[in-house]
Amino acid sequence: MNRSPAIRRRTSFAVLVLVVLAGTGWYVAAQVRQARAEHAAPTQVEMAEGVLDGPHVLFRGTAPGDLYGRVAAVALDDLSGPREVTPAVCDRVDSDGETTVCLRTRRGVVTTYEAEVLDAAWRTTASWPLPGMPSRTRLSPDGLVATTSFVTGHSYAATGFSTETTVHGADGADVSGNLEDFTLLADGKRLAPVDRNVWGVTFVDARYFYATVQSRSEGRTWLVRGDLAERTLVTLLDGVECPSLSPDGTRLAFKHDARKPGDVTPHWTPAVLDLATMTVTVLDAEQRSVDDQIAWLDDVTLLYGLPRADEPGTTDVWSLTADGTADPAVAIPQAWSPSVVE
Amino acid sequence: MSGLVRAAPGEASGPTSAPARGRPDAGRRRAGRVSSTVVTLGVVSFLTDVSSEAVAAILPLYVTAALGMSVVAYGIVDGLVQGAGALVRVAGGWAADRTDRPKWVAAVGYGLSALTRVGLLFASGLPGVASLVVADRVGKGIRTAPRDALIAASSNPRNLGRSFGVHRALDTAGAALGPLLAFVVLWAVPDGYTTVFVVSLGAAVLGVGALVLLVPDLRPRRAAWLRTHRTREDRGLPKCKGCTCDAPGGLELTGRPFSWAFLRRGATVRLLVVAGLLGLLTVGDGFVYLALQDRDGFATQWFPLLYVGTNAVYMLLAAPVGRLADRVGRARVLVWGHLLLVGAYACAAAPFPGATTTVAALVLLGTFYATTDGVLAALTSALVPTSVRATAIGTAQTVTAVTRMVASAGFGVLWYASGRVDALWIAAAALLVAVPVCAYLMRGGRLERDPDLVEEAPA
Repeated sequence: MNRSPAIRRRTSFAVLVLVVLAGTGWYVAAQVRQARAEHAAPTQVEMAEGVLDGPHVLFRGTAPGDLYGRVAAVALDDLSGPREVTPAVCDRVDSDGETTVCLRTRRGVVTTYEAEVLDAAWRTTASWPLPGMPSRTRLSPDGLVATTSFVTGHSYAATGFSTETTVHGADGADVSGNLEDFTLLADGKRLAPVDRNVWGVTFVDARYFYATVQSRSEGRTWLVRGDLAERTLVTLLDGVECPSLSPDGTRLAFKHDARKPGDVTPHWTPAVLDLATMTVTVLDAEQRSVDDQIAWLDDVTLLYGLPRADEPGTTDVWSLTADGTADPAVAIPQAWSPSVVE
Repeated sequence: MSGLVRAAPGEASGPTSAPARGRPDAGRRRAGRVSSTVVTLGVVSFLTDVSSEAVAAILPLYVTAALGMSVVAYGIVDGLVQGAGALVRVAGGWAADRTDRPKWVAAVGYGLSALTRVGLLFASGLPGVASLVVADRVGKGIRTAPRDALIAASSNPRNLGRSFGVHRALDTAGAALGPLLAFVVLWAVPDGYTTVFVVSLGAAVLGVGALVLLVPDLRPRRAAWLRTHRTREDRGLPKCKGCTCDAPGGLELTGRPFSWAFLRRGATVRLLVVAGLLGLLTVGDGFVYLALQDRDGFATQWFPLLYVGTNAVYMLLAAPVGRLADRVGRARVLVWGHLLLVGAYACAAAPFPGATTTVAALVLLGTFYATTDGVLAALTSALVPTSVRATAIGTAQTVTAVTRMVASAGFGVLWYASGRVDALWIAAAALLVAVPVCAYLMRGGRLERDPDLVEEAPA
C-alpha cells in the first residue's frame, strides 16, 4: 500500500505527541511525589527548647524537610548550636523579641505576598498585602515596620525592575506611603521624581532612617537620610546599597557594588561607612557577591546570608568582622535573614 | 534538489493554487475558510507560547530565589536583549526571502528556542541563564517574520486579515495558558523550577514537531513565479512533445530576486511612516493598568488579571476583526482602530472610578490589539511582492516595536512631569490628531497592491 507522505508525517506527529506527553507526565508525577515525600520528611537539625527565652538570633530556617522556611532561633552564645523552631513561616524576618515582622509568599495559582506582624506567641496581629516578592524588612524599636518588595511577579512584567518600600506602624497603619513619593534632595537640589526606586530602610529612631535611592535617569544609587515627618530623602553618598545601622549608631554596613568596569551584573562586597568621618572601609575579605541587608551581631561582627552553590534553596548565614581583618566564616548553617534579639 | 520540475508541486501548493489544479468549486468553498496550514501554524505558536510564557512567568522568581541573584541583575539582562530581538526579526525575514524557505528559517528560530529549554535544565548562575534568555529572544526574532510569510503564502489573499486573526488568537491563548500552567506546577511542586522547565521543553518540542511534520514546505517566491509563468516557454523549458520533464540545470526562476528596493516604494514607505507615527503614540498597556490602579486603588495583586482581561478580549476578537479588515480595508481598520486606544486612555484618565471604566478600558485595549498586530501583518503581506514579503513584515513589526518602546519611555517621563491624568489626556489628544493624518496618508489608492500580487489572486 502506498501511504502518502502527509499521512506518514501525521502519524509521526501523533507518536511524538504521545511520547512527549508520556515523558513529561511521568516526570511531573515523579516530581510531585518526591516533593510530597520531601516535604513530609523530618528536617535533620538539632533542636532544643527554651532558646527563645534568652538572648538569641531569629532567622528563617532553610534546612530541607518539613520545617523548611519555618522561623527558628539559636542562642546568641551558640550560633551553630541547637535551634528552637517556631510555627511562623517567613521569607524575611525581623524581631525585637516581643514583636516580629514576617514577610511571606502565599503560593497558589495566583501567588500573593504579604507582611505580617506577629506577637510573642506567633499570632498575627496585623497584616497587609505586598505588591511582589519580599526583599527586606526592618522593625524599629519604636514599632515602625519598613518593608521592601519587588514589583514584578507576573509574566508580562515590563523591562527593568521596580521596588516598593513603605513604612507601616506595627498595628498595620500606613505611615509613609510609597517612599518614592518623598521629596528627594540631591546636593541641596530638589530632583524631579522620575523613575526612582527606594529600598533597604534602616531606622535611626521614630523619625529618621537611612535607605538606598536609585534614579535610573540619573544613573546613580545614593545613600539617603530619610525624614518621616518632613517626608524628605536627602542624599549623602554615592554607591551605598542596603544600609544597616550598627547597634552603637556610629556606622552603616552596606553592600558596595565592586563590579569590574564593563561588567553587566553587579558584584556586591560588604563595606562599612563611618558616619562621623564619612570614610568607607570595603571588606574585600569576602570575595563572593553578597545580596542581603547586612545585620550586626554586635558592634564588631556582621551577619549576612549566602546561598549554597550546590544545594538550591539552602542558604547559610555568614559572619565577618566589621573591620575586615578576618576571613568570613559560617555562623548559622542552613539559615537566612538573621535578626539579633538581645 | 533534482532537476525534476513539477508544475504545481503537491506539497508547496496552498489553497491559493487550488484553482490552478482545476478544482474551482473546492477553491471557492475554501476561500471562506482559513487554511489548515494557518491553523497548524497557530497551534505551533500556541505550544511555543505556552512554553516561553511558562518560563518567562517564573524566571524572575527562579533567578532570585533559586539562583540567589538579585532582581536588579535580571532587569539589566532583560533590558539589554530587548533591542537585539527587533533587529534579528528583519534578518529572519531576509533569510526567509533569500532562501525562499520560510518554513526552515522559522524552524531554526523555533528550534533555537526549544534548545534553550534544554539549556535551562542544566544552567546554573546568572551568565548562563542570561545567555539562554538572549538565545530565546533571538529565536523568537528569527521565526516571527518567516512564520507570518508562511501564513500569507498559505492564505487566500482575500482573507489574509482573518487568517492572521485566527493565528493571533491561538498565539494569545498560549500566552495566557503558559503562566497559569507554570504556577500550577510551582504550587504542586514547591521550588519545582526544573519541573516547569521540563513541561516547557515538552511544549516547545511539540511546537517544533508540529511545524516540521505538519506544515508544508511552502516556496512562496517559486509558487508566485510558477503562477505568472504558466507555459513551458515562459519557464525557459525546451518546447517538445513527449520529452521528459528534465530541464538541464533545473528550473531557473527569472522573477525579481530579493532586493531592498521595496523600502523605497511609496506605498511601503507610507505604511512604515504610519506604523511608526502610530507606534510613537502607543503607550505600553502597563501604563494604562497603572493609571487604573492609581485611580481606583485596587491591590497590585490584581494586576495580572488586567492583562488576562485584555488578552481574553484580544483572543476573542482577533479573527472577527481580521475578517472585518478584509471587508472594509485593512489600512482603515489599522488606523481607525487607534481611536479605540484613545478611548482606553480616556477611560483610564476620566474621573469616574469604578468597575465600568476599568472594564471598558480593558475591552477597548483588547479590541485595539486585535485591530493592529495581525492586521499590520496582513496589510504588509498584501502590499509587497512575494519575494520580499517576510523582510517587509519583519521591518513593519520592528518599526512598530521600536517606536512603541520609545513611546513608553517618553510617556514615563511625561507621567512624572505632568501627572497621570494630564499625561494620559496629552497622549489621547496627540493620537486623536494623528489618526486622521494617518488616514489621510493612507487614503484610497495610496496603499496600492503590488501588481505581482494581483496576479496571484485566484481568478
